[in-house]
Amino acid sequence: MSAAPAIRLDDVTLGYDRHPAVHHLSGEIAPGALLAVVGPNGAGKSTLLKGLVGTLAPLGGRIDRGALRLRDIAYLPQASALDRSFPIDVFDLVATGLWSRAGLFGGVGRAGRERAAEAIAGVGLAGFEGRPIATLSGGQLQRALFARLALQDAPVILLDEPFAAIDARTVSDLLELIGRWRAERRTVVAVLHDLELVRRSFPETLLLARRKVAWGPTSEALRPERLLEARGMQEAFDDHAPLCATHAA
Amino acid sequence: MTLYDAILGPFVEFDFMRRALIGSLALSLGAAPVGVFLMLRRMSLAGDAMAHAILPGAAAGFLVAGLSLPAMTIGGLIAGVAVAVAAGLVTRATALKEDAALAAFYLLSLALGVTLVSLKGSNVDLLHVLFGSVLALDDDALYLLAGVSSLTLVTLAALYRPLVLECVDPGFLGSVSRAGGPVHLVFLGLVVLNLVAGFQALGTLLSVGVMMLPAASAAFWSRRLEGMFAAAVAVGMISSIAGLLGSYHSGVPTGPAIILAAGILYLGSIAFGPAGGLVWRLVPARRHRTA
Repeated sequence: MSAAPAIRLDDVTLGYDRHPAVHHLSGEIAPGALLAVVGPNGAGKSTLLKGLVGTLAPLGGRIDRGALRLRDIAYLPQASALDRSFPIDVFDLVATGLWSRAGLFGGVGRAGRERAAEAIAGVGLAGFEGRPIATLSGGQLQRALFARLALQDAPVILLDEPFAAIDARTVSDLLELIGRWRAERRTVVAVLHDLELVRRSFPETLLLARRKVAWGPTSEALRPERLLEARGMQEAFDDHAPLCATHAA
Repeated sequence: MTLYDAILGPFVEFDFMRRALIGSLALSLGAAPVGVFLMLRRMSLAGDAMAHAILPGAAAGFLVAGLSLPAMTIGGLIAGVAVAVAAGLVTRATALKEDAALAAFYLLSLALGVTLVSLKGSNVDLLHVLFGSVLALDDDALYLLAGVSSLTLVTLAALYRPLVLECVDPGFLGSVSRAGGPVHLVFLGLVVLNLVAGFQALGTLLSVGVMMLPAASAAFWSRRLEGMFAAAVAVGMISSIAGLLGSYHSGVPTGPAIILAAGILYLGSIAFGPAGGLVWRLVPARRHRTA
């Protein structure tokens, strides 16, 4: 597939109720990048992904997505609003990833069903197609959601803590899938907490602590003094904090 | 009394019973699948709220034109859609959740409706509005019920994909399409439409029964969506027939009789339904599989 356009962040501030959760962030996510976003809790990592996908409008600055359309960005949220008790089976759930092709009314077709079956097999869930999602374990559900991501065939893929509460074998299987996406020149941005995993598998890292602490090659970004600096972040919002002077509105 | 007298006789002999049968079967066909979606969205009580919300519109129609089907239907539709849209807008524009917004608007609407009805008309008329007149369905009422039922099925079929996805994973739907909001509004429109059609047959307060009781029963008959739709329609239709016959033979009001029949089927489903019925829990599984 052709390379995704770059996503440019120009002095972006994202937040809630005028309080910044990501403060004055600038940088570029290059096409085909494999970027880890790391930082303490409350550092604004999930907020950044919401800003990138477009569900949260910036309080200031701008995010330039180039020619990317809504459906070109596949997004796996951290606390998915997925209703696990809904009577739908694994195949149908994964097949919703074909939305960008089939849309509201279009047919999925034989080719679509084959691709869905391949995606399910690709995450090691072959044989689970007819199982209701209510019967899946947390790891199996995450595999199914990765299969759906794969089926979306999007040039940009955003993952919010995809490996939280997932066992080692599932993590390594899913990492392999991420590796394949990279080989296909897709842009992957993942929020992660396991620094060892980031050092092993992610060439580029953004260390975030409300503001950018470091953004570059992982070995540089995750140097001990940087991590210490990130840990010193002020966590609480201050309701009486003065308005930010450098704000480019 | 022979079996013929008990079951077929009333419908063969009396035109009003045949009309009531057709009307209530048509209603079950459209309203029950809508109820299944409401239940799966955890909006079971929203149907109840909407049923109250259409009251002032129906009452306004009643004030203007007396017991006139078109006037009360149009009034009910306007009131129901207004409450649905207002609640939807408040939900999407503020931090208030949909149930809270609906509760607020339906209470307003209900108070307005009761006020309007009491301004004119006796208690008998009020009872007619509240409990319906399934035994007095004229041609217009039957066309309305059949039309609403057909429109509902066609719309559900056309919007099936986004409706299901908005239930399972609204976050994902939002990430691939902007259709979630409009589809939800169309769906609420279907709820209003079915309730307005139902209030002619069963009354505002009970029309929600034919929507929600079959849906709640269906959850005990299938773990698959298609199965739930089939079960809900079946429960709705069986309760319509049973309610009509029960009412014919015992002389109790027809609307409540249909809902009571649906209630009995619901209790039976909880007890004996193959998908999680209580009875099956009492029978301990003695053997389990190896994998």
